[in-house]
Amino acid sequence: MKLSLTVNGTRRELDVPANALLVDVIREHLGLTGTHVGCDTSQCGACTVHLDGRAVKSCTVLAGQAEGAEVVTIEGIGRADELHPMQAAFREHHALQCGFCTPGMIMAAIDLVGRCDDLDRRTVREGLEGNLCRCTGYHNIVDAVLAAAPVMAGGADHG
Amino acid sequence: MAEAVAGSGIGASVRRKEDLRFITGRGRYTDDISVPGQAYAVFLRSPHARARIVSIDTAEAAAVPGVLAVLTGREMAADGLGDLPCGWLVKQSDGSDMVSAPHPPLAHDVVNYVGEPYGLVVAEDLATAWRAAELVVTEFEERPAVVDPALAMESEAIHDDVARNLAYQWVLGDQAATEAALASAAHVTRLDLVNNRLIPNAMEPRAALGIHDAGTGEHVLYTTSQNPHLERLVLSAFVRLAPEHKLRVVAPDVGGGFGSKIPVYAEETAVLWAARRVGRPVKWKAERSESFLADAHGRDHVTHAELGLDEDGRFVALKVHTTANLGAYLSLFGSSVPTYLYGTLMAGQYKTPNIFVQVHGVYTNTAPVDAYRGAGRPEATYVVERIVETAARELGRDPAELRRLNLIRPEDFPYETPVALVYDTGNYEASLDAALALIDYGGFPERKAAAARRGKRRGIGFACYIEACGLAPSKLAIQLGAGVGLYESGEIRVNPTGNVTVFTGSHSHGQGHETTFAQVVAERFGIGIDDVEVVHGDTGRVEFGLGTYGSRSLAVGGSALVRAADKVVEKGRRIAAHMLEADVTDVEFADGRFIVRDSNQSLSFGEVAFAAYVPANYPDDLEPGLSEKAFYDPENFTFPAGTHIAEVEVDEETGAVELVDFVAVDDFGQVINPMIVHGQVHGGVAQGVGQALLERGLYDEFGQLQTGSYMDYCIPRADDLPDFRVDTTVTPCTHNPLGVKGCGEAGAIGAPAAVMNAVTDALGVADLPMPATAEKVWRALRG
Repeated sequence: MKLSLTVNGTRRELDVPANALLVDVIREHLGLTGTHVGCDTSQCGACTVHLDGRAVKSCTVLAGQAEGAEVVTIEGIGRADELHPMQAAFREHHALQCGFCTPGMIMAAIDLVGRCDDLDRRTVREGLEGNLCRCTGYHNIVDAVLAAAPVMAGGADHG
Repeated sequence: MAEAVAGSGIGASVRRKEDLRFITGRGRYTDDISVPGQAYAVFLRSPHARARIVSIDTAEAAAVPGVLAVLTGREMAADGLGDLPCGWLVKQSDGSDMVSAPHPPLAHDVVNYVGEPYGLVVAEDLATAWRAAELVVTEFEERPAVVDPALAMESEAIHDDVARNLAYQWVLGDQAATEAALASAAHVTRLDLVNNRLIPNAMEPRAALGIHDAGTGEHVLYTTSQNPHLERLVLSAFVRLAPEHKLRVVAPDVGGGFGSKIPVYAEETAVLWAARRVGRPVKWKAERSESFLADAHGRDHVTHAELGLDEDGRFVALKVHTTANLGAYLSLFGSSVPTYLYGTLMAGQYKTPNIFVQVHGVYTNTAPVDAYRGAGRPEATYVVERIVETAARELGRDPAELRRLNLIRPEDFPYETPVALVYDTGNYEASLDAALALIDYGGFPERKAAAARRGKRRGIGFACYIEACGLAPSKLAIQLGAGVGLYESGEIRVNPTGNVTVFTGSHSHGQGHETTFAQVVAERFGIGIDDVEVVHGDTGRVEFGLGTYGSRSLAVGGSALVRAADKVVEKGRRIAAHMLEADVTDVEFADGRFIVRDSNQSLSFGEVAFAAYVPANYPDDLEPGLSEKAFYDPENFTFPAGTHIAEVEVDEETGAVELVDFVAVDDFGQVINPMIVHGQVHGGVAQGVGQALLERGLYDEFGQLQTGSYMDYCIPRADDLPDFRVDTTVTPCTHNPLGVKGCGEAGAIGAPAAVMNAVTDALGVADLPMPATAEKVWRALRG
């Protein structure tokens, strides 16, 4: 199946199996291994990416559904020398340990901040309940999201 | 309380060096690694809890285009591969050895739990491998499964040579003295407890990539391991897969372990064997449903305990009998968890003079049970702290004050317990008092009354836990049955330009060693932490190591680095003395400079490093180079301890339990990086709360796993948990050079007892089996 989509700002033309999932395209065909697969029931959220500006679990999207779409992965939101405010906040607040859930958590958190005003600790917890972390107990993730929110609101558009 | 320290030295909350790659998606986990020509494996797994394999017809599967091989356990056995060993030989009460049933990596004659692998399909791509696996026709002859550990000893024997399904009967302590003290006690509290089976669930599923080079005979295994050198040793010495010098095991970034990545598993063994058979690299990554079925599980105890108290409330005796479910086979350290890591902790923080522990370790047709965060110590804490709390309620005593009365006092150290440990140091009352202040214990009645007005029952629960960490003095461990020493290695290579590469046998899978270990080394040499690179997880780069578990990395691995650093400084002093024409005894090293005492002469660390590699002006009797290593074997365990207090509110209408407050005051000895330590506590508490309120690995009576996905097995989500309030007290460990004790498991050890003490307090019941789900609580509320 021919697939045409934009990933992290670059137009890609691919030939993929008709039953391929978006996460397979991202990991296997494009080699963007920052997006992870942690379960097989769409529960863990490690595969979260942005599809046309909204967070989706890319294990639950058929590649064909992304035809013509804009996809942004963890590799597309910031660089080591120019971190997205959410990436910087995760580091500053020790919101990650093993790092496996982190890309999906950051992508979900950016989406959450983008669509909700006046987040508090409770709403951040509820907003991230679709992303599992086994290391941090979430406490520092909540700190990081609340610290990033005003920076994102006041800063440049990072996608 | 620990003071905040600025900068990057010991005591500073340095932001983690490893984070940059993780937050930008540049982590390198096993499944992220691909090599040219790589094929894919899918495992054939038993659908039955107990069956004989009558026949396996692989013809149709093998004929699928793209299939490279269909391999079974029978072929693996025919190739001469050995069994997966249990690494800790437990001695039974009569002095005989435990009974260890053969554990072939791939089953060949019988299968003994649902999900047990008995073969694999290797194909050009994953989809083909899955499709072909469906076409393998296996005929099984089912047998009745043994599932309930409490009934295992009366059930049909699972393994031919294991009578009553009993791996061992193990005892510790003085039975006669304990029973006599109980008989004459003023009060005896009795409690029956179940410690629920847990499924660890590191977020990265297990994975492996096996590579064989037929030209050199070299084998490379990338795998999700907490202890790659131990894995290499097992695969060489026991499984006989490849000689040790022809086998490199790499555990790259590993996405959490919590004990479940300690054992050497069938799958990584099989992919490396298959790579050699097929002549292609072979990769496997677990589906999460495979993780649930075939990762080692944790806990699963059935216990009866009795605590005797005198008229004043002093503990006079504790007697514990536990049946521990070991699963279908003895996993790598499965035998040691309910014995040496459990029975030895029954003194807790208390001066109980008489203790007797008896453990029956039984086989069942369930997944093997091994270490899961805390490994034996959460189970011990659960027994001690639940029965102490229950005794306080029965006697109408304040639970905090009953504990205080029985605490080992600072002046009692070193304190030898009746269960084989010598606690080196501690100040348990300090952490108890700090936790009481943090939770505002005096304000609890008011909070309880306020909750009642909202239709909620509020309860408070304590856990004053202790753990034995820093595993372990090698001679003692080997004497008790360990198959390996439990020292750790560290190597420091000072490069000619003065920066430093550190090699450690510890393995970081979230703990932040790349930062903490760098802080330790940087401070010793007076250099910046960015000038220190920490290398771990590769037997091709690091000489040897025992890996990371039991909160041992800093206490043992960090201490090895301190010893290696001392050797670097010693050699540097000799080089500097020669260059500065001074007597070596007059050369000191401080703040990154070698200084001649009472002079203005000095050399920087970097200048001495350069001289070591460009030895123009150099001592005749000294080898060039500045690279030193050390193996550190601890003198004793370390004994982290603390007080955790939970407050819960129970909704009387729905039975829902909300954890509304949790405080943890822990004594981990010296703290290198408070930010990382607090993070470890948060994560441990979350897992402990998960055990208490949400998680249970459940098999039905046929041995089918009923909790095989995240839709059935509930690990805590962000909105299940409150903020945590954590602090530390500090009594430095007396026998390692850093004064550290270990912090990785404390949360998971203290939290279950604290939360369940709070839930039972709120409900006014003696016990409720974990997890305290809304349904169970609702029923309890209605008697």
